[in-house]
Amino acid sequence: MLKMTHLAKVYRTELVETYALRDFNIDVKQGEFVAVTGPSGSGKTTFLTIAGLLETFSGGEYHLDGVEVSQLDDNARSRIRNEKIGFIFQAFNLIPDLNVFDNVDVPLRYRGMKADERKRRIMQSLERVGLAARAKHYPAELSGGQQQRVAIARALAGSPRLLLADEPTGNLDTQMARGVMELLEDIHRGGATIVMVTHDPELAARAQRNVHIIDGQVVDIAEEPRFHAHAAQATARHG
Amino acid sequence: MLAYYLDLAVRSLKRSPGLTALMVLTIAFGVSASMTAWSVFRAVSGDPIPWKSAQLYVPQIDMWGPQAQQNNPDSDKGPPDALDYGDAVALMRDHRAKLQSAMYPIGPSVVPADAAKHPITTSGHAVFSEFFPLVDVPFEYGSGWSAADDEHRAPVAVISNKLNAKVFEGANSVGKMLNIDGRDYRVVGVMGEWNPQPVFYDITNTGGFARESEDLFLPFNTAIAANLANNGNTNCNETPDAGFEGLQKSHCIWIAYMVQLDSASAAREYKSYLEGFARTRFPDWAPNVRLRNLPDWLDHQHVVPSDTRVSLLIALGLLIVCLVNTAGLLLAKFLRRSSEIGVRRALGAPRAAIYAQFLTEGAMIGLAGGVIGLLLTGVGVVSVGWVLPRQIANLAHLDFSLLATTLAVSVIASVLAALYPTSRAARVVPAWQLKSN
Repeated sequence: MLKMTHLAKVYRTELVETYALRDFNIDVKQGEFVAVTGPSGSGKTTFLTIAGLLETFSGGEYHLDGVEVSQLDDNARSRIRNEKIGFIFQAFNLIPDLNVFDNVDVPLRYRGMKADERKRRIMQSLERVGLAARAKHYPAELSGGQQQRVAIARALAGSPRLLLADEPTGNLDTQMARGVMELLEDIHRGGATIVMVTHDPELAARAQRNVHIIDGQVVDIAEEPRFHAHAAQATARHG
Repeated sequence: MLAYYLDLAVRSLKRSPGLTALMVLTIAFGVSASMTAWSVFRAVSGDPIPWKSAQLYVPQIDMWGPQAQQNNPDSDKGPPDALDYGDAVALMRDHRAKLQSAMYPIGPSVVPADAAKHPITTSGHAVFSEFFPLVDVPFEYGSGWSAADDEHRAPVAVISNKLNAKVFEGANSVGKMLNIDGRDYRVVGVMGEWNPQPVFYDITNTGGFARESEDLFLPFNTAIAANLANNGNTNCNETPDAGFEGLQKSHCIWIAYMVQLDSASAAREYKSYLEGFARTRFPDWAPNVRLRNLPDWLDHQHVVPSDTRVSLLIALGLLIVCLVNTAGLLLAKFLRRSSEIGVRRALGAPRAAIYAQFLTEGAMIGLAGGVIGLLLTGVGVVSVGWVLPRQIANLAHLDFSLLATTLAVSVIASVLAALYPTSRAARVVPAWQLKSN
């Protein structure tokens, strides 16, 4: 589903080159729930933004759902983001001017769907996160947990093949965080592929497997023998 | 999608009503100032007879010679702007163009048949019969007179529908008699509505623009025979003999002249005829003649007053200042929404969608500015007389094309102002926005 090989991301200024990711290798299979952990500044979010085609990379290869994405233009990248990827952000990133219904509507608008199809999907997504009754509310009228549920509904509405979550519970209290995590697990059980960046070891433990990043490289892969083998091969191949 | 972008634009504009009002008013002021100035400029710079202006020519002949040019420091070394009587009559006699007419302004009094009514002071021109087809005068009743009437100095007249209304209550007056300066003239034609601006057939005497349309036209030879004096400018390089007859014998210039030449070769032939004419009549100096078509002639005579040009330039400058200010306000407004742009991009909006969304918002500001600008343009057109001469200001008027142009300029200007802010908005890197939250 998501495969990065020898991927590098370099930020260049006149004086220095900073490697955010270096010889980065990861392979996430269809239907997996992977937690990406690591200290601050290790490159977790950079990995996620590249995975979500929000940023380009400097070297290596990235195949998303079988498509090599490095040569795609802005339109093609936008289309893949819209059709195949759902984002869940730590800060929810709802649009304050739009009510819940219209926030969930945003990705569907760019897909050019008919109004009745959009409405059906929006209400279905909101029902799934338990917020159908709040469709006319504005983000400011909701709690943090509810806002994150709206963001999840927005990510789900387009039926993406891959969900990317960046610290989805980072701005929530324990109870709300638990609710959001249970929702993600439920979505995963429904067959979605989820890649979640998190600091929280407890949260990471609930994922199917963990990938640990330090200094822009995958250093430790746990839990899943199938992936161990693959990572070991990759390490052997690329040193 | 347009409905979606319109909805988003309305939401965005409603979110900051103060800023929105400021931008709308900025655009409205800039647009109304330029459209007011444009309405005046358009009125004075329009082609008064676009369908044949390229075939109408004004001949000039230097009857004063190079010495007179040297004595006049303002001279551009070209021939004088009008003709003397002798040259005008000789050109008419030669009759080398398809249509031609010498003419001079007259201002006789018309005495109504009803003795209870006061005499009416009129303005008009003494012209030849070809004048009417030459400048395409429209007729409500009758027509112009014939070449034979020219030759026989017939007492005939063509009058305006306005004079016809005053004297004959608007009835068909063809064949009726009209007392002009004590002599009886037979009305042969009543003109339809006709008031070309500028008064292109006689720029020299009218100065370009007249407040009122002309009341009557008489045959040139008849007017000369009746001693109807020149009611326009006379310019002499030496003192003429006394009286109207003295003026006719002098080299004073007071006669306007216009010819119709339908092709470039006809114009070339006429020019060489003019040179031969000048060589024969003024053998003491090399022929100095000009033959300008009407647009060139209007340009040469500076018919478009320079202050209307300056007003237009100042108003356009103001519009640009308003646009730059609006662009600045939009830039601030759009970039404050970088996080929304980042989210939209992350959720699949291509750059084109961001352009469409924000340019729609710009266009909506333009539309609102245009509507207010229309009201201000109306006020501007009514009050333009405060800054420009009355006869020029009177020409400015509101019509559908001005209204449509005002709205279009406003929307286009706002979209232009929104282009840079939008391009900055579309360049927002979503990853950075989302990381920074």
